[in-house]
Amino acid sequence: MRPLYIAGKKISIEKDPISTKTPWWMTVIAVVLALVFCAGFMLLNGNNPITVFSKMFSGAFGSLYGLSETLLKAIPLMLCGLGVAIAYRISVWNIGAEGQFVMGAIAATSITIYYPGMGAFSSITLMLLAGFIAGALWALLVAICRSYFDVNEVICSLMLNYIAILFLSFLVFEPWKDPNGFNFPGTAIFSSSQKLPALDDLRLHLGFLIALAAILLYAVLVKFTHWGYQLRLLSANANAARYAGMNVKRQIIIVLMISGGLAGIAGMVEVSGVTHRLSQGVTSGYGYTAIIVAWLARLNPIGIVISSILCGAVIVGGYSVQLIGLPASMALMIQGAILFFVIGGEVFSQYRIRVETISPKKNEQTSSSKVEVL
Amino acid sequence: MQKQSNMPYAIEVQNIVKTFGPVIATNQVSFKVKKGEIHALLGENGAGKSTLMSILYGLYRPDSGILKIDGEVVSFKSPKEAAQKSIGMVHQNFQLVSTLTAFDNILMGLPESWWRGRNWRFKKVKEIESLAKEYGLSFEVERAVWQMSHGEKQRVEIFKALYRQSDIIILDEPTSVLTPQESDDLYRTLKKLKETGKTIVLTTHKLREVMHACDHISIMRKGKMVASMPSSETNERDLARKLMGEMPVEVRRIEKSESSTKPSKNLLELQEICAKGLHGEQALNDLSLFVYPGEIVGVAGVAGNGQKQLAEIITGMQNPTSGGIKFKGKWINHSSIKGMIDIGIAHVPEDRLHTGMAGSLDAVDNLLMKDYKKEKHSNLGIMKHSRNLDWAKSIINNYDVTTPSANYPVRLLSGGNQQKLLLAREIEGDPALLVANHPTQGLDVGATASVHNLLLDMRSRDRGVLLISEDLDEILKISDRILVIYQGMITGEFEPSKATREEIGLYMTGSKTQFNVGALA
Ligand SMILES: Nc1ncnc2c1ncn2[C@@H]1O[C@H](COP(=O)(O)OP(=O)(O)OP(=O)(O)O)[C@@H](O)[C@H]1O
Ligand SMILES: [Mg+2]
Repeated sequence: MRPLYIAGKKISIEKDPISTKTPWWMTVIAVVLALVFCAGFMLLNGNNPITVFSKMFSGAFGSLYGLSETLLKAIPLMLCGLGVAIAYRISVWNIGAEGQFVMGAIAATSITIYYPGMGAFSSITLMLLAGFIAGALWALLVAICRSYFDVNEVICSLMLNYIAILFLSFLVFEPWKDPNGFNFPGTAIFSSSQKLPALDDLRLHLGFLIALAAILLYAVLVKFTHWGYQLRLLSANANAARYAGMNVKRQIIIVLMISGGLAGIAGMVEVSGVTHRLSQGVTSGYGYTAIIVAWLARLNPIGIVISSILCGAVIVGGYSVQLIGLPASMALMIQGAILFFVIGGEVFSQYRIRVETISPKKNEQTSSSKVEVL
Repeated sequence: MQKQSNMPYAIEVQNIVKTFGPVIATNQVSFKVKKGEIHALLGENGAGKSTLMSILYGLYRPDSGILKIDGEVVSFKSPKEAAQKSIGMVHQNFQLVSTLTAFDNILMGLPESWWRGRNWRFKKVKEIESLAKEYGLSFEVERAVWQMSHGEKQRVEIFKALYRQSDIIILDEPTSVLTPQESDDLYRTLKKLKETGKTIVLTTHKLREVMHACDHISIMRKGKMVASMPSSETNERDLARKLMGEMPVEVRRIEKSESSTKPSKNLLELQEICAKGLHGEQALNDLSLFVYPGEIVGVAGVAGNGQKQLAEIITGMQNPTSGGIKFKGKWINHSSIKGMIDIGIAHVPEDRLHTGMAGSLDAVDNLLMKDYKKEKHSNLGIMKHSRNLDWAKSIINNYDVTTPSANYPVRLLSGGNQQKLLLAREIEGDPALLVANHPTQGLDVGATASVHNLLLDMRSRDRGVLLISEDLDEILKISDRILVIYQGMITGEFEPSKATREEIGLYMTGSKTQFNVGALA
């Protein structure tokens, strides 16, 4: 790249030959840049970005209700985000959280349909279990294809998303449709024993604690157990893991099932805690947003909590700017821009910026010239 | 400036300091290389050789100090700038893209023609072939790199540097992965390059080749330059002393007394093993051998004659297509890697950072790789953190691994220290059999001697060792029995005291065979 000469300084960008880990503040910069990028579009739309952002912020965090809504959106994102992050750690690119989420929601609903009238504790437990198992089995399909038939898991998991969503449509339009629902494509509303308990007057429900517990459990497992060690070894060097006697195929299957299971729990939590019925719109793209969540967090469990809340806030903030005439899909744009800049940041962090003071003598930059490296 | 000869040094380095966090890799190093000479840089593991080479090549930037190329002060910001000053480097770990062909690797990143059509390609291939011939570097231009032997890969790397019009060529441990023949070829090539006016700097641990092939020798110790002299003014013993500041550890080999009866039961037995190679070729051909407890069996052979498959079959990393494996008198039907580790077979693979270790993990995690499930290291699936740390520290201490801390990523250790760590892990588990593929590659003289002692210790504890190596000296020095492998078969068996290098060499190249194997090509 051609260097830039400004005021007796030479500024050049060069590739850092010893590429190190991307520092955490790159992510922060990426998020800020994404917001600036979106601000450009708001300007084009004739809106003042500062007002828009402050509206979004106060919508998401400014009131107890807003905060509760933000955390509510963060619940499925945390669970799905953790799910995909576990898989991404060992370089298994599961983008099927959406489908696994849907299967989890379906399985949980099936409990309400086929085993109605149970006590709250047993029905919730059973629904959680069903959600986990359904998500895990849906991911197992991906795992088998990847481990035994060498099928690319990206394509496989993506395609299964469509199947799951169409299956959902089939169920809510045909066999499971609520007969008293005025032809609305959805199941009957759950009974109160099938709903997750929520805060008074707010929608925030027990699922938040479930998600936090899952993340905490994962963080502890990774740090202290065999399984965590195996994950670390596998993510560091799969050849070495095999050489050390690890059954790599089995490990991939286990990880993918856990990954899918977590998305399945997210599906359960969503139907039981928020929508209280199974309907077509049960997933508003949580499984895909989870990919952004995981990358934004650099696959770090604590980071997932933060980035989920951030993405939740963007969604909720998106709703609140509808009042001033911006589409709610603003939120989608911001999320997309964030992912774009985060990934871009990965590339840029392999470069460094050098600022050199050029001594008066032409093309004579001795090694004593001051060099600042970013 | 005082009287300066009219010919400036090709490389002149003054007071270079480079630190990596707490580690001072090079400490006020000064170093001069004349134009048109072959200059060897010696030093123990972790002395700072690779670091110095990387500074010359613009990969690292010194914290302070001056670097002059052809008398001109330079400060490289990247390898690209070093390349513009005609410096080329062949790294300790090759930097080729293994899925691409030599051709693509050579032309990669060069501003060649935009349209790379058939005609263009054909012409280029011809050009490269004839140029390579001129330099005496033979390799298959259109072969994918992953199909190449180490020697061939290296020739591609050297050619790549030459093709970029390098006048100064830096080679970091070029011979530690080469067979003796390949090393000889390499030095022949280097001499040829020298005659065409190229300057060559290399690092190595092999004193003998230095004395033969190099003009000038510089020695580093613990980050400092301690000596520099023409090779005519020194000898191997002197070098060894300067290298370590003392005489190397002696390898205490105790000959087994003739009377000691051979143990009646063998430890490992391979019966008529056949196995496929990477590309489906027949890599092992009815190979049979056995190892007794308390015995070091050396397997000599030119690289690529089935050594890798031999090691992988014994360690369960590959399954034979036919034949049987017997360990401690029991047939092993379905071998798995885990199963082989559990019955006490340890393995030092030939490619440490590729298979043997996880570079981004620290020493503790790397040492635990095979043992983390043992009661000593974990309890009910929970790892014993602080105990494992202490355990790792004591191993680092006992095996003399230089690292700033047990929590340092092993990728950042010097090559030799990585190898020591790997060996330590394999030997520490007290295996019944150790399959060691090039265990001393990249180790300095002192460390090599200690590894040999470790192997001899295993032998005296009645453990078996299968030592697969291309280094005949090593095999002759410590084995009790030498087998020669050629085209996937054992073609000769020798007692080290009665064999000569030349004789074994004939078997290694297939010119002779002791056994009636009709299938020999
Ligand atoms: N990128 C790095 N980051 C941190 N430490 C490093 C790095 N590279 C080298 N070191 C440290 O610097 C020291 C010198 O390492 P160097 O690789 O130059 O040794 P060497 O002489 O080439 O040894 P060997 O013969 O074992 O290859 C070692 O202690 C090593 O751990
Ligand atoms: Mg080195």
